[in-house]
Amino acid sequence: MCGIVGLFLKDKTLEPQLGALLSEMLITLTDRGPDSAGIAIYNSSASNQGKITIQSPSPETDFAGLEKELGAHLGKPVKIQIKSTHAVVDVATAELESARAAIVELRPNVRIMGIGEAIEIYKEVGLPADVADRFGLSGMAGTHAIGHTRMATESAVTTLGAHPFSTGPDQCLVHNGSLSNHSNIRRELIQKGMKFETENDTEVAAAYVSSKMADGLNLGQALESTLDDLDGFFNFVVGTKNGFGVVRDPISCKPAVMAETDQYVAFGSEYRALANLPGIEQARVWEPEPSTVYFWEH
Amino acid sequence: MHATNSALAVSPNLGSAPRVFDLAVTPLRELNQALHSNRQGSNETQWEVLNPKGGHAISAGVDTPISVDIRGSVGYYCAGMNQEATITVHGSAGPGVAENMMSGEVIIKGNASQYAGATGRGGLLVIEGDASSRCGISMKGIDIVVRGNVGHMSAFMAQSGHLVVLGDAGDALGDSIYEAKLFVRGSVKSLGADCIAKEMRPEHIAKLQELLDRAGITDAKPEEFTRYGSARSLYNFNIDNAAAY
Repeated sequence: MCGIVGLFLKDKTLEPQLGALLSEMLITLTDRGPDSAGIAIYNSSASNQGKITIQSPSPETDFAGLEKELGAHLGKPVKIQIKSTHAVVDVATAELESARAAIVELRPNVRIMGIGEAIEIYKEVGLPADVADRFGLSGMAGTHAIGHTRMATESAVTTLGAHPFSTGPDQCLVHNGSLSNHSNIRRELIQKGMKFETENDTEVAAAYVSSKMADGLNLGQALESTLDDLDGFFNFVVGTKNGFGVVRDPISCKPAVMAETDQYVAFGSEYRALANLPGIEQARVWEPEPSTVYFWEH
Repeated sequence: MHATNSALAVSPNLGSAPRVFDLAVTPLRELNQALHSNRQGSNETQWEVLNPKGGHAISAGVDTPISVDIRGSVGYYCAGMNQEATITVHGSAGPGVAENMMSGEVIIKGNASQYAGATGRGGLLVIEGDASSRCGISMKGIDIVVRGNVGHMSAFMAQSGHLVVLGDAGDALGDSIYEAKLFVRGSVKSLGADCIAKEMRPEHIAKLQELLDRAGITDAKPEEFTRYGSARSLYNFNIDNAAAY
């Protein structure tokens, strides 16, 4: 099963409520995915400012003193905001790569969840309501966000097996469905030098999209090529710094519904997830077509 | 039936006044239990459901000649297995609306998601917007009228009944169809295995006019439609057709 929600705001006055709106949408889809939940939320910091979301299985030890050590390593002060098992490291955009490398060196057990100028990714095992609470999702502001509730089928219920998966700077992907040729694709991607952390099929899809983009395709083209190369059932929702996109496999048996008003574009695995959005009664509500890439951008 | 829910306080059993269930305050199970407990010949013939908010299986399994108006959009399996009732969704419907309907009428004012009217054995399903994929899959006698378009694989393995589409049909219409009759006014993206366009004979014009009338559609003429049905070449296995399976 699994549930996907997405909310892309057109109306800036809704931005302070983004986390609260998404949180409600996410929790509504608990029965589609009670195993784990995750969100990617986009909130651009000041210009030339970037952020890295990190996660640790033992945050007390890994995050302790990291701010100071990382600052010393980079030769300038950094700010780290700890949110439960995750933390967001604020650094200048120019320092993102060196900061990422330094974090991996200083704290080998820390995982990089997301990196970019706007993206923050949080995911954990547990009920969506508990995951949302743990990270304070309802208090978060932003321009757009994607959420996922997971009912695991292809790999273990772990933090790293939860969605979203990062596909590159400011990019992420969530998935409802199951891929049947992920082992073959994983093998090919490993040969190309890509690294995998889980046995999860969605991680393969995310890596596939990253690899296509590294080959020079844009996101839209990379999503188009999933239709040729990935076998199985999928609804993918992807996030980028400025927008979000949706693609469904040609059979499209996994549910998807979208709603658009002057204030937002919203995605839900089911209409229930959209039912409490402001002005939903007047929204244009439709089902995305199979084999069609949709994209909204600011 | 006992007055155990708050909805009854709002709408006492006056016969003509609708019995109102507000799903914002009344659990869905109470609504469906009340619908299932309704007896043939009951005076409670008008029912109204408020705040459906995409809930699942709303008004599924109704088996008395009542009228249910659902004010908003519904989730999975609304009006499934319907017998005799007239159920109107004043919004859109999720997957499997009117699945396995036996008789009666289901009207969707908005769009319907995948497999609307699947396996339906009788009655009339009217979708005033679009229906998505697999509309009327394995239909067995139901009549379906869609004012908009239908998605891919509609009428897959359709056995009997009628599917009327005023708009366009997606890929693989009528794949492996048996004896259901399909009428499409717009374009068909592609036909499925063993589905072909067929001549509109007078009896088809008459039947289509009757279906349009029953669906309350006055702005379409039967002559504007093309009929599709089975070429009957896959009914029995023929080694020359192996590639088509």
